[in-house]
Amino acid sequence: MNEMPVKATQALTANDYASDQEVRWCPGCGDYAILKAVKSVLADIGRSPDDVVFVAGIGCAARFPYYLSTYGFHTIHGRAAAVATGVKLANPDLDVWVVGGDGDFLSIGGNHTLHALRRNVDVNLLLFNNAIYGLTKGQYSPTSPVGTRSPSTPGGSVEAPVNAVRFALGAGAKFVARAADTLQTHLPEVLKRAHANRGASFVEILQNCIVYNDGAFGLINDRSESQNATVRLEHGKPMIYGKEQDRALVFNDGTGAFEKAMLADLPGKDAIAVHDETNLVRAQALAQLDQPEFPVPLGVIYAEAAPEFVASRGISGTKGDWNRAALKALLNP
Amino acid sequence: MSDTVLDNEAPGAAQTRPLVVRFAGDSGDGIQLAGAEFAKSTAEARTDFMTFPDYPAEIRAPQGTLFGVSAYQIQFGANEVLTPGDDADVLVAFNPAALKTNLQHLRNGGVLVVDESNFDARGLKKAKIDGNPLEDGSLDAYQVVSVDVVKRTLEALDHLELGRKQATRAKNFWVLGLVYWMFGRPLDSTIDWLNAKFKKAPEVAKANITAVKAGHAYGETIELAAAPEFRKPRTAEHHKAKSRIISGTQAMAYGLAAIAALGERDVVFCSYPITPASVLLHVLARFEGGIRTFQAEDEIAAVSAALGASYAGSLGVTASSGPGLSLKTEAIGLGVSAELPLIVIDVQRAGPSTGMPTKPEQTDLTMAIHGRHGEAPVPVFAPATPDECFWVILDAARAAIETMSPVIVLSDAYLANAASDWDIPDIDAIPDLDWPQYEADGTGFEPFRRDGKTLARPWVAPGTPGLAHRIGGLEKSDGAGHISYDPANHGEMTRLRAEKIARLAERRPGVQLEDGPEDADLLVVGWGSTYGAIAQAVKDMNAEGARIAHVHLRQLNPLPRVLGDLLDRFPQIVTAEMNTGQLSTILRSEFLKDIACISNVSGQPFHVSRLREEFKARLEAKAK
Repeated sequence: MNEMPVKATQALTANDYASDQEVRWCPGCGDYAILKAVKSVLADIGRSPDDVVFVAGIGCAARFPYYLSTYGFHTIHGRAAAVATGVKLANPDLDVWVVGGDGDFLSIGGNHTLHALRRNVDVNLLLFNNAIYGLTKGQYSPTSPVGTRSPSTPGGSVEAPVNAVRFALGAGAKFVARAADTLQTHLPEVLKRAHANRGASFVEILQNCIVYNDGAFGLINDRSESQNATVRLEHGKPMIYGKEQDRALVFNDGTGAFEKAMLADLPGKDAIAVHDETNLVRAQALAQLDQPEFPVPLGVIYAEAAPEFVASRGISGTKGDWNRAALKALLNP
Repeated sequence: MSDTVLDNEAPGAAQTRPLVVRFAGDSGDGIQLAGAEFAKSTAEARTDFMTFPDYPAEIRAPQGTLFGVSAYQIQFGANEVLTPGDDADVLVAFNPAALKTNLQHLRNGGVLVVDESNFDARGLKKAKIDGNPLEDGSLDAYQVVSVDVVKRTLEALDHLELGRKQATRAKNFWVLGLVYWMFGRPLDSTIDWLNAKFKKAPEVAKANITAVKAGHAYGETIELAAAPEFRKPRTAEHHKAKSRIISGTQAMAYGLAAIAALGERDVVFCSYPITPASVLLHVLARFEGGIRTFQAEDEIAAVSAALGASYAGSLGVTASSGPGLSLKTEAIGLGVSAELPLIVIDVQRAGPSTGMPTKPEQTDLTMAIHGRHGEAPVPVFAPATPDECFWVILDAARAAIETMSPVIVLSDAYLANAASDWDIPDIDAIPDLDWPQYEADGTGFEPFRRDGKTLARPWVAPGTPGLAHRIGGLEKSDGAGHISYDPANHGEMTRLRAEKIARLAERRPGVQLEDGPEDADLLVVGWGSTYGAIAQAVKDMNAEGARIAHVHLRQLNPLPRVLGDLLDRFPQIVTAEMNTGQLSTILRSEFLKDIACISNVSGQPFHVSRLREEFKARLEAKAK
């Protein structure tokens, strides 16, 4: 199918991307904030809803497509990335987004996340990480911290959680970012960067589950306190953070790890680490930083230009001139 | 050895009865290659044939072991050849293990060609044989042609200055040359093929060409006088000038290429390697147009990506074997619920679990029909011959698009690998494949508003202007397609999904007898690859005065029209299946009739002789 012309004559608004369905998430769920940000980003991108596809797995997050006016496919648990890969195989011109939770992306569908990333399929993968299983009523998830008390772990969970950003980098992802649901100026910027990237764009969105895991991310997605709990990454800019912008990260070449410091204690500005989103080693070190010891890095952690899957590899013939004459030639060598 | 006259006058045999040749040796001996070359020369003689590659799952099993034996059987004749044959007229055994495991396939009095070079103490021990069968008289029932093939091959290649190991590798072509001589076959096409195949390694081509010529000359030199019957031409008059060899796998690949050529859209083929289905991916990946191939990370991703491709407007296809079909079932259920077309090919193999990966079985029938959670009916088709593997794919594509449903195609390891001569279809005679276009009628678009005749919902792919909508695996309201938990709606949607598949039968041909009288004493019902063996047994027995009818089902769900009426006409009905009675169980429950099953779960196709005995016993039991 050919690319449809973008409606250029009349600017699209966030409301043009809203469906007529009543949203059924719990009041106060972080998913509302993400939905709002996505709609505004889609309007800014400006592609017609007819050329945009949201593919989702199963879970609270995976209801997302029903609430948008774009094409949408609510599939099965864990398989959204695989379905989306098929959508791109059939029609590379579509703007494809994959939405899932920590169960979808990192538990039952971990394998598909891994392969979509390392193939660099041109889709935007939005992981709504709330560190709990919501729709099945509150069991611990693969991103729940050790000690999480839940219906299936009344004595506290004992499993080490998976770090989504480290997982993505390990899978060979070429675009890895992190954002938080309620940070409504930051999240849209990250989503726009993800959309602009050709290839698989992985965005972990820290999302608060108000019913089963309220406050799981501490102050990160608290609008007023977030500045102390996070460091906002910008390519080429020094890693300064804090409400008063009085703290910074320093990279220790000896240990290969970031350290935090008060600006006042540093010998000079040159000591502050400068974010280089093309540096894989630094990205891996950033992925290690977690609260409460460190500010949690938000923004584009890693971005490397690389050939996308659909345009470059893994495909044999396309329809083109494939017709009766070609078939006859094939059958009569 | 001189003046050895090989006799091939089996008692009561017609003058130009079909002949069966079987090659057996180590899986690294080039058995399949020698067999395939022999089949090609058979095709060039415009003779009917059917082959059966019978190989182990191990790629290069330890040399000389019993489990490492690979075999290739071919039957050829002037009249329609329907099976690879029961017992061989000629067995070529490359080592003691091949002799031990394959002698059961040689008819009494048949010709046994043996490479005696491996019949030393070591080779016999590996094959767990006490004594030496070449010396102890245990092969007296056969006409033995014992040759030190390795020695002869090395002598012939001596002047080429190859290493011993490399020269020995040409022994399969030496034997092929000898067999060619026995059957009066020319060497040209094999020589041409070797030159083309080893264009970049002319020394390899030369070694093999020298070997095939030497084997041929050896037969002539020792005046190995083959039975005159071996050299009789067996030209099948019904053949068009233009036919070619085709395996079931190749035929399926061409069928998929045909979908793309006859319709407006791409075929997207997604699969994960599994024996014996992987070869389809290999064949398709080489095609230069029409089909996008995708090797997924697992079986679930393969079917999910295929479904995603169908959602986006291509025809998604996935292929696997039983273990893979098990993994795909959840996504097939989504295809049923979201009502999207999809073709799922199951190349059945002996199970359960890993079972016997290279051996055929028909044990996935009930899984194909019933093996999903919820009520999730899908059409199920099964080709009967390698040739039909082409046509079944076109049928499946039309059915999938017409019903907006996944369709399962059941092939098996025998059909996939068996090759026969193939009359190339007349492409111009095949109608276009229609891709439905949604046409607005002014009442607004509803993704689950159904066609009055087919009950199919409209297929509107992303990118279509003005029709953006959402679908999924949650129950939908009839028509509008919104999420619905309404009790009455769920009942109605369940009924509609079943009715949609049932109605397919009305638009497809009913069944008719393949063979036999309308008032036969026994009706044999088959499906899938058992066609050849059943047809041959029925034809032979009816020629001898029996009254047996044969019906063969290509459409297992929905069952074809008028099948019930047809079953009513016969006093005794039996299925012949490579399972323990899956079709007979289905027919019993569907038609409330007493239907027995002749079962074969050996990992080998039915032998015609076995079926004849079974049919005879049933006819006699009834007569008493």
